[in-house]
Amino acid sequence: MPTTTDAGQAGGLDRRETVRALLAERTDLLVVTGLGSSTYDVAAAGDHDLNFYLWGAMGGAAMIGLGLALAQPQRPVLVLTGDGEQLMGLGALATIGAQRPANLGIVVLDNGHYGETGMQRSHTAMGVDLVGVARACGFAWAEHVERADQIAGLRARIARREGLGFASVRIAANDPPRVLPSRDGVEIKNRFRRGLGFPTI
Amino acid sequence: MSASATTPEWRDQVFETLQRNRIEQVVYVPDAGHSRLIARAHAEPAMRAYPLSTEEEGVAAVCGAWLGGQRSVLLMQSSGVGNCVNMLSLMSNCRFPLVTLVTMRGEWAEFNPWQVPMGRGTPAAFELMGVQVRRVDDSAVAADEVQAAIDDAYGADQAIAVLFSQRLLGRKKWER
Repeated sequence: MPTTTDAGQAGGLDRRETVRALLAERTDLLVVTGLGSSTYDVAAAGDHDLNFYLWGAMGGAAMIGLGLALAQPQRPVLVLTGDGEQLMGLGALATIGAQRPANLGIVVLDNGHYGETGMQRSHTAMGVDLVGVARACGFAWAEHVERADQIAGLRARIARREGLGFASVRIAANDPPRVLPSRDGVEIKNRFRRGLGFPTI
Repeated sequence: MSASATTPEWRDQVFETLQRNRIEQVVYVPDAGHSRLIARAHAEPAMRAYPLSTEEEGVAAVCGAWLGGQRSVLLMQSSGVGNCVNMLSLMSNCRFPLVTLVTMRGEWAEFNPWQVPMGRGTPAAFELMGVQVRRVDDSAVAADEVQAAIDDAYGADQAIAVLFSQRLLGRKKWER
């Protein structure tokens, strides 16, 4: 089974440290997380009213991010998700690329594996390049991130709302202890809307 | 009824209902039956209309819009309803409001057999996921049904699908 890349090799960044660094010095950022480890990583970095955690709806994180980014153009929106979750919503990159909201950044934590289901290898471990897909879909910027010292720049780029962006961060394929945020969908939704000053109904 | 079914004004009335109710995102997989609505939404500066690559994207977009304080509507054809099933768990789990307007195929004077299975399964697919289904056969009540769906979605936190029947939309022309 030859592969051209194997994002799941040892040597990738630590996912928890990566997410903590991405969410550091947070001001007006709105965050949507893809189900599974990305949700736990964001919770581990510190719970926040303006985190919308997915526990299901696989493939939907980026599109929730699009609807949110178009509704809140003055605020940066970060979608943090995994390679498997983004692969299920690959068409969404085309839909988002056609709209190009300048305040949306999608960051894929890519370990080349489906971590939640027993670490089966994903397409990105078999040569599929999500950054290339994002570029082909017209994202203003799209990059591979492989070093910890690139994270602060990525964070700043998203905060500045300088154009529709995509990053694939190569992380180690490990399974850190779970940190579980609320899984009450109504509460997470209502809390988010209250956090933006909207009534819950 | 057949006379009213062929008058096009109801499509404009539906659009004006969306306008009046401050619908700000109009997300769609195109359908001939929605073409006037889509064209008018693109021409309306207060609305952001955009196409989806598959219908389930629209379910997620509607949720994101609501998180960000905007009302939206999802337009699709009956053949796309099955694509939405798992994504509709967002509505059941989080009680996101949903208004989706669905043009029906495969139920009346249909030429293409491939439209029939999903057309027939459309109400059941929605109901399976807890979305309430209303059907419009008469153009005279179309705008009012859309208004009621918006009231129920944004007033009572419900997920509502309004099906525009194939008879209402009229026969598709196959010869050209």
